[in-house]
Amino acid sequence: MSTVAIPTTAKQSSTLDPALLVPVVGAGILIYLAVLPLFMLVMGSFQAEVAPREFVYTLKNYQNAYASPHTYSTFVNSLIFAGGSAVMTFLFGTTLAWLTERTNTPLRSLFVPIAVIPLILPGVLESIAWIFLLSPKFGYVNVWLMHLFGLQSAPFNVFSLPGMIWVHSVGQVPLAFLMMTAAFKSMDPSLEESAMMSGANTWQTFKRITLRLLAPTAGSVLLILFVRTLESFETPALIGIPARIYVYTSEIFLAFNEYPPDYGRGGALAVGLLLLSSFGVWLYTRATKEGKKFQTVTGKAFRPRQFDLGPWRWAGFAFLMVYFIFVVLLPFLVLFWASFLPFFAAPSWSALDKLSLDNYRYLSTFRPFWEAMKNSIILSTLTATVAMVLTSLVAWIVYKSKLRGAWILDVLAFIPITIPGIVMGMALILLYVAFPIPIYGTIWVLLIAYVTRFIPYGMRASSGSILQIHSELEEAAAASGASWWETFKRVTLPLLRPGFVAGWIYICIVSFREFSTSVLLATGESRVLSILLFTMFEQGQVTIVAAIGVLMIVTLLTVVGIFYKLTGKVGIQT
Amino acid sequence: MIEVKGLVKIYDDGSNAGVKAVDEISFTVEEGRFYTLLGPSGCGKTTTLRCIAGLEKANGGEIIVAGQKVYSANENTYVPAYRRPIGMVFQSYAIWPHLTVFENVAFPLRVGKEKVSNTEVKKKVTTALEQVELGGYEDRMATQLSGGQQQRLALARALVREPKVLLLDEPLSNLDAKLRERMRFELRELQRRLRITTLYVTHDQIEALSMSNVIAVMNSGVIAQEGGPRDVYLAPKSKFVANFIGSTNQLPGQVISVGSDAMGRVRTEDGEIACAILEGLKPGSNVVVVVRPESLNVHLQKPANSANVLDAKIGAAMFLGEYLDCTVELGHNVLQTHQRHTLEIRRGDPVWVELPPAECMALPA
Repeated sequence: MSTVAIPTTAKQSSTLDPALLVPVVGAGILIYLAVLPLFMLVMGSFQAEVAPREFVYTLKNYQNAYASPHTYSTFVNSLIFAGGSAVMTFLFGTTLAWLTERTNTPLRSLFVPIAVIPLILPGVLESIAWIFLLSPKFGYVNVWLMHLFGLQSAPFNVFSLPGMIWVHSVGQVPLAFLMMTAAFKSMDPSLEESAMMSGANTWQTFKRITLRLLAPTAGSVLLILFVRTLESFETPALIGIPARIYVYTSEIFLAFNEYPPDYGRGGALAVGLLLLSSFGVWLYTRATKEGKKFQTVTGKAFRPRQFDLGPWRWAGFAFLMVYFIFVVLLPFLVLFWASFLPFFAAPSWSALDKLSLDNYRYLSTFRPFWEAMKNSIILSTLTATVAMVLTSLVAWIVYKSKLRGAWILDVLAFIPITIPGIVMGMALILLYVAFPIPIYGTIWVLLIAYVTRFIPYGMRASSGSILQIHSELEEAAAASGASWWETFKRVTLPLLRPGFVAGWIYICIVSFREFSTSVLLATGESRVLSILLFTMFEQGQVTIVAAIGVLMIVTLLTVVGIFYKLTGKVGIQT
Repeated sequence: MIEVKGLVKIYDDGSNAGVKAVDEISFTVEEGRFYTLLGPSGCGKTTTLRCIAGLEKANGGEIIVAGQKVYSANENTYVPAYRRPIGMVFQSYAIWPHLTVFENVAFPLRVGKEKVSNTEVKKKVTTALEQVELGGYEDRMATQLSGGQQQRLALARALVREPKVLLLDEPLSNLDAKLRERMRFELRELQRRLRITTLYVTHDQIEALSMSNVIAVMNSGVIAQEGGPRDVYLAPKSKFVANFIGSTNQLPGQVISVGSDAMGRVRTEDGEIACAILEGLKPGSNVVVVVRPESLNVHLQKPANSANVLDAKIGAAMFLGEYLDCTVELGHNVLQTHQRHTLEIRRGDPVWVELPPAECMALPA
């Protein structure tokens, strides 16, 4: 019964109807963005040479990729890295969410925005900051602890699997925190209250009701964290490669960085990673569908019941403070401190004299920095805009148009979620090497890659707000004499604005910090900030890197702030 | 004026034939009248309204609104909703939350085919808002209005471009009981004053009876009976209509005789009843005799010289303030009746029930 007037055979207007044109164009764009690169990737992995005159089928690439002596160790490293990070991130995120959402820990509401702050610290900078802190040679924490306790050797070594797990985890915590907070929020407190009324005490209620109800959500959060870690490349690049600890993503990168680049082997590895992550996503969608029967997420926001921790609430408070100071604040502080140093040195009274603005002065005339800055700003704002406009239209078609086959668009828009960043890079290289459209090596190929990868995020934001628009709001416009376009412009789009703004900001942030796709596609002219950081860090210019990092964070905050201001107040009172 | 001829609407349910939501219905709403489609949910009344609005494309038949053929299956005519001369009020009111009260009402003027000057817009919006007693609320956000005010805002928006036809889709169902009663009255007064042709959809018999000039009772995609409020209430032509409008007692039986004045006699398990016989029924036909609860008279002494008096016993009796709601048990049937609260009775009291013949009606079983 929910439909919008779609004048399919309007006698009055013989012009081409936008309501029919839009879905076809949308499907075309999505196929071009999501399906074509994957097709080229699979083709390329079975090809004897890159961009051949004729297709020669071979399994040699798979043999090279999977029958080598380190196949096994790569596989094991990947599993430990992803599994360990998922568990650690989940534990941190859940504890934070539980303490802030469901207990009477002092000042807990203050920690809600604080827990999300690491989101603005790009993964590359997160890794660099923790190298500054935990490097066995010069890491501040190690130096202090050795000094304090008179230790002979460094207590921590970031260049190890546990180190990688730690660094990656603390960067991912905001994600787990947000997902678990949502789960806690949407839990009907009467389910717990009725357990209490049945005679269960606090602990029994927590164990037998709260935990059981959360189990499906917890399972899917763990799964998504596992897949995301498997796909990530920041920590494996900056910490794993120097430590000679290789995972899937670094193997793909190394195959590409050989001379000459082994696209075939890289492609074969990428196909493997793609299958793994697709399997994970498939499990995830299945798990969340299963989870529906538990009805913990009803879409309704409840006023959750608070557990009284008694004197233990001070332990909770201590945990939050320690987390805030050592996990959230310290990486920012160390970057900020290092950016004023001529060379890396521990904070001390003597080091204070060496502080200067030299690094910033140097950057002000350093052309590659300004180019990368320009590219990053253009790319993140353009990606966010293109992705949100595209997904708003697609979401409208999928949920409102009632056209036959609209679900196909939904599926197409979901595909990119299975594509790891580095696999997307690999696929696009194979695509544009085969079809020499002159965009390879420009920022436009990056734009295509970013938009494709972040379409699923845009879809989530857009479809969420589309579904909230009661179809009678659009029908009322039609009944008031507004055509399809007038209705979309004057009613649908304005009502979409909150979702649009939220989605835009999120995509802008993730594009700005994007690394794993850019590392294969951004070269020379098209270099972005995250890649500039990576190369300069490899060259050892660590304090200039810190200065770039500081400017990067400031820029990101400014861009988001300006957009937020421009779009006015986000909330619409309903 | 609205003319609907042989309208068919089929919903795709995966099967080949689909589901016929509206099955070849025809009716005419005369100029300036208040016409109501009344029926249970799923009877096709809202679908019919949406086909007339153009929000739904029919699969057969013809729709003429104010002399303009807006839909015709044979001529392949389909005028989109936004080109039809209609104003519509939705069940959810569909007030746009991002616009002010003024802008909500001004919307139809701003998007219309012909340009309306700003001063003209202001004049028309003000008039429309005053019509529904919302003058002075222009600058409020629409969402700051109460339910009843939103309802009137929706009405002002539907009326502002002076449509030929007003369509109302269960507009009162989201209001609380008291407010619904008042809005029923206001809506009726407004319609009578503007003399605008109105098509109203509801499942609420009170709304239908109190506001309409003509009611069409719908059931599974067809019109079961069309007529004035008195006709459909007092002279239902089928068991469905009798049951759906108001509460009804039913006594199954068989026609014994039919007189020339459409009165006759029916044999029931609890005795013979004199009653009106629906045209076409013959002696021997299986029927139900329907009689309204308020038509029955309960006597503590056996009345003399009255027809259709049956022996009975009081079942349950509930005091509802305005009246006494009680059940009386005949030998085989139980009747529900409304009596004055001055009647003093208890469960089990022997009584006599009188069924006035003119208010009893035999309908096909």
